Amino acid sequence: MKDLLRKIRKTGRVAEDPPERPAESAPDALRELGGSVQLRHVDAGSCNGCEVEIASVFGPVYDAERYGARLVASPRHADALVVTGPVTRNMEMALRRTYEAVPAPKGVIALGDCARNCGVFAGAYGVVGAVRDVVPVDVEVPGCPPEPEAIVAALRGLTGR
Amino acid sequence: MSGSTTLAGTVGAAAQVVLVAAGSPLLVGVMRQVRARLEGRAGAGVLQPWRDLRKLLRKEAITPHGTGPVFRAAPLVLAATALVAAGVVPIATTESPLDGAADLFAVTALLALGTVALALAALDTATAFGGMGASREMTVLALVEPTILMSVFALSVPVGSTNLGAIVNSTLHEPQRVVSPVSLLAAVALAVVVIAETGRIPVDNPATHLELTMIHEAMVLEYAGPDLALVEWASAMRLTVLLGLVANLFAPWGIAGADSGWVALAALPLALAAFAAKVTLLGGALAAGEVFMAKLRMFRVPELLAGSFVLALLAVAASFFLA
Ligand code: SF4
Repeated sequence: MKDLLRKIRKTGRVAEDPPERPAESAPDALRELGGSVQLRHVDAGSCNGCEVEIASVFGPVYDAERYGARLVASPRHADALVVTGPVTRNMEMALRRTYEAVPAPKGVIALGDCARNCGVFAGAYGVVGAVRDVVPVDVEVPGCPPEPEAIVAALRGLTGR
Repeated sequence: MSGSTTLAGTVGAAAQVVLVAAGSPLLVGVMRQVRARLEGRAGAGVLQPWRDLRKLLRKEAITPHGTGPVFRAAPLVLAATALVAAGVVPIATTESPLDGAADLFAVTALLALGTVALALAALDTATAFGGMGASREMTVLALVEPTILMSVFALSVPVGSTNLGAIVNSTLHEPQRVVSPVSLLAAVALAVVVIAETGRIPVDNPATHLELTMIHEAMVLEYAGPDLALVEWASAMRLTVLLGLVANLFAPWGIAGADSGWVALAALPLALAAFAAKVTLLGGALAAGEVFMAKLRMFRVPELLAGSFVLALLAVAASFFLA
């Protein structure tokens, strides 16, 4: 415990200073959320590269929670889905049902090139299509995988902070 | 004179309900902020829980297929019991007009009623995690309730009354009682059960996303929108009331006592401020302590709670033998 205390003191604050607020703003339906956006992450068939970046977005360095975004455990608690990867056959129904379980107003973030246009998996036999083909998408974050800065900017667009 | 004492008591009781209702999300915010800072984060700010609640209230309410009145009533019962508890527990005044209900058994039963309602609602959803959460919560509750009763009972023996207001009043008049073995044993036991009852580390992790390790969160997975807002608000109020109960049982200074007339009214703002400071301090300490701990395995939790029950039992024994 003493070691941990010393470490906490020595490390201090690791969160980077917040960059300028991005200009892009939320889709109208989501504007009334007012600085608090709960996210449910759905892995529709990603290679887990995007997941690593999401983990670092909510880690201490980028600390997306300071802008009012938070990952939650249930789609019922969520305001938006974060979908990664191309939608595979096995996940198509699951993604659709998860989307239906979210209370309105709701949004969908397609994270990564795979989610936007199937990326490197385009044309693969197990892939149904991009996220857009299954559920309506409000925000897209390009990149393979997208940089944490880009993800943070997209989330700040939603929370407006 | 008695008329104006009642006035001060009534105003005090109303003020403490308002304070708990408005302040408990802020307490949760402070605790999250303390944790975030210790983890090297910036944190979302102490107002974030209120923003979350405001947002949830604007969202659509969902009644999942197959759920009945139990599911819909549970958030209301939970919030109502928390509000009543906030009114009767000696927070700012020991002279609440609901004093008759400020009995140790009544308050414990009141809080248990809310927990049971939520557990029944979790069963009502018929999801795997709901049932699991309900069964775990009941396990914890069954071990927590006797300990709360025992430890407050130990404190009530020297006073000769199980009325919480009377216990707090007598501690005010005889401060040396706080450092007696009875009080110290009861304090440790009560602290452990408050942590368990409010679902904090090491018993439960309020920030977890892993369904398999959840206790409280697993029960509310199906709630959405305004219902979820009620549940979260009520949980915050329960945390505040229980922390406030601990604070005022062992450090009642600042609380408005049985003064007469306008003195009692004038003491109220001070009492409210003292309460807010005490609870913020306790909550901050709890959050800071959580950084150093991991969650206990579910099967180790009964051992922890049994240990605290033994402490409470020793406290009762000591209160008889050392009296
Ligand atoms: S976008 Fe790139 S990193 Fe993300 S899932 Fe697709 S291949 Fe993996």
